[in-house]
Amino acid sequence: MSRAAAAITLANVTVAYDRHPAVHHVSGRFGPGSLTAIVGPNGAGKTSLVRAITGAARVEEGRIDRGGISTSDIAYLPQQAALDRSFPITCRDVVMMGHWRRVGLFRRIGGGLRNAVREALEAVGLGGFGDRPIASLSAGQFQRLLFARMLLEDCPVVVLDEPFTAIDAKTMADLLGVVSRWHSEGRTVIAVLHDHELVRAHFPETLLLAREAIAWGRTEAVLTPANALRARRMAEAWAEHPGACARAA
Amino acid sequence: MLLDPLFGPFLEFAFMRRALVGCLALSLAAPPLGVFLVLRRLSLIGDALGHAILPGVALGATLGGLSLAAMSVGGIAAGLVIVLLAGLAARGTGLREDASLAGFYLVALALGVAIVSAGGTGVDLMDLLFGAVLGVDDGALLFMASVATLTLVALAVMWRPLVAETFDPGFLRHAGGGGAAWHLLFLALVVLNLVAAFHALGTLMAVGLMMLPATGARFWSGTVGGQVAAAVVTAMAASVAGLLVSFHADVPSGPAIVLAAGVLWAGGLLAGPQGSLLRRWISRPHLAA
Repeated sequence: MSRAAAAITLANVTVAYDRHPAVHHVSGRFGPGSLTAIVGPNGAGKTSLVRAITGAARVEEGRIDRGGISTSDIAYLPQQAALDRSFPITCRDVVMMGHWRRVGLFRRIGGGLRNAVREALEAVGLGGFGDRPIASLSAGQFQRLLFARMLLEDCPVVVLDEPFTAIDAKTMADLLGVVSRWHSEGRTVIAVLHDHELVRAHFPETLLLAREAIAWGRTEAVLTPANALRARRMAEAWAEHPGACARAA
Repeated sequence: MLLDPLFGPFLEFAFMRRALVGCLALSLAAPPLGVFLVLRRLSLIGDALGHAILPGVALGATLGGLSLAAMSVGGIAAGLVIVLLAGLAARGTGLREDASLAGFYLVALALGVAIVSAGGTGVDLMDLLFGAVLGVDDGALLFMASVATLTLVALAVMWRPLVAETFDPGFLRHAGGGGAAWHLLFLALVVLNLVAAFHALGTLMAVGLMMLPATGARFWSGTVGGQVAAAVVTAMAASVAGLLVSFHADVPSGPAIVLAAGVLWAGGLLAGPQGSLLRRWISRPHLAA
C-alpha cells in the first residue's frame, strides 16, 4: 500500500437534514487500520454520518479530522448506487475508472494499469468478464464489479454503505474476503451494516448509532441487548416541534 | 445518366454544395452530443435549449440588424444564461434540473416570440424556427465548420471524464475528477451546436439533427464509441438524403433532413442489430451456456 493508514476523528459532529439533526453531537475515533461496523435502526443517521465522513454531506457543527488525508483519498461505495445498469459500457471500463486519480484526463493507460484491472476483476470472482457489457450482470455481480473498482482506487480509507443488501451468501462471503484483505493491508475500513451476526463474526469494532452514539468500541461490548433497546427508544423519539438545540458545542 | 438525380444537384448548384458541406459539418458534431444527452437522460433538454436561444437571436437581430454575428452572439449568450440559471436554480433549491430548464425555456420562448413580433426586426419567425439551409452563406458556413471543429476537439479532450461522469457522477466528483464543470461545459457545447445549426435548420429543426440519430444509435451499437459513430453516419446520410428530397420534391430542406433522419431512426428501431423490434420478434434458440 502506498499511503499510511489514517485515523478519522469525530469531534462533537452534528449533521442536519432540513435543520433536523440526523446525527447529533457524536464524538469518537476510527483508529488507523481499524475495521468498524456502523449499526443502528433505520433513520439512525448511519448514511448521513458516512456521507459527512466522505465529504458528501455538510457538517453542521463540530468537526471531522481525517488524519491529514483529503476526502478524495477515501474510497466510498454509496448505498445501492443509483447507476444505470443498461449503460453501454464494459466491465473493464467501469473498473478502469478506479485508476482516475492516477491517469486523470490525458495520461496513457499502459500495460501495468491494464493488468491491475484484470487482477482486480479476478480478485472479486469476475475473471474473464472484462469485455462483457454491464447490462449482462446480475445484482451480485454488479456489486462485485464496484468492489473491483474500489480495489484499484487503492485508498487508505474505505467507506461502505450497506454493501451486502440484496446479495446472495456466496457473493457476500467473497466480498467479505475483500474487506478482510483491506483490513490486513492496514487500511481503515468503515461499513454500515444491518446484520448483527455478520458484524459479530467479521468486524472487531462497532459504532451503535441512533442519531447519537449509543455505544462505540469492541463489538462484543457494544452489541448488547441493553444497548439495542436504548438505540430503538432513541430512534423512535421524534419531537413534532423541537426548539433549537441548546447543547454547547 | 442514372446517377444524375443523386449527384446532379450538387454538381450543378453552388447553393446545394454549400448546404451539403454545412449539414455534414453539423452531422459530425451535433449527434455525438445527442448520444450523451440520451445517456444522461436529458433527451428533451435539446428541445428546451433550442427554444431558449430564441430571445437572444431575436434581440441580436433587433440590435445588430440581420447580421449573422449579432444573431449568433445573442443566441449563444441566451443559451448559456439559461443553462447557468437552470443549473443554479436546480442546485440551490433541489428542483430537478429538467424541471428547472423547462421553466426557464418556456419563459425564454415567449420572450423571443414577443421580441420578434414587437420589434419590427424584419426577421421572419418562420425562418427562425425552421431555417433556410439553401441560403447558407460563406460566413455561416465558416461558423458551422468552426463550431464542429471546436466540438470534436473538446469531446476528444473531455471524453474520459464525460463518459465516467455520465455513468457515475458521484464517483467522479468524489475521486476529485470534477462534476458540475464537465456538465456545464457539455451543455455549453450543446448550445453552441444548436446556434450553429439554427442558421441552416432553424431552432426547431436543429434539435432534430442532434437527437434523432442519437436516439437511434442504441439500436446499432452497445458501446458509447460505437453509438457516437452510428449517430454521425446516420446524420450524414440523413443530410444527403434530405437535401436531395428537398431539391427534387420542392419541400423545405430543414424538415426534409429531419424527416430523413426520422426514417433512418425508424429503420434502426425496427431492424437494427441491438435490441430492435425485429430482434425481439424473431425467436432464436437459446444458447447452451
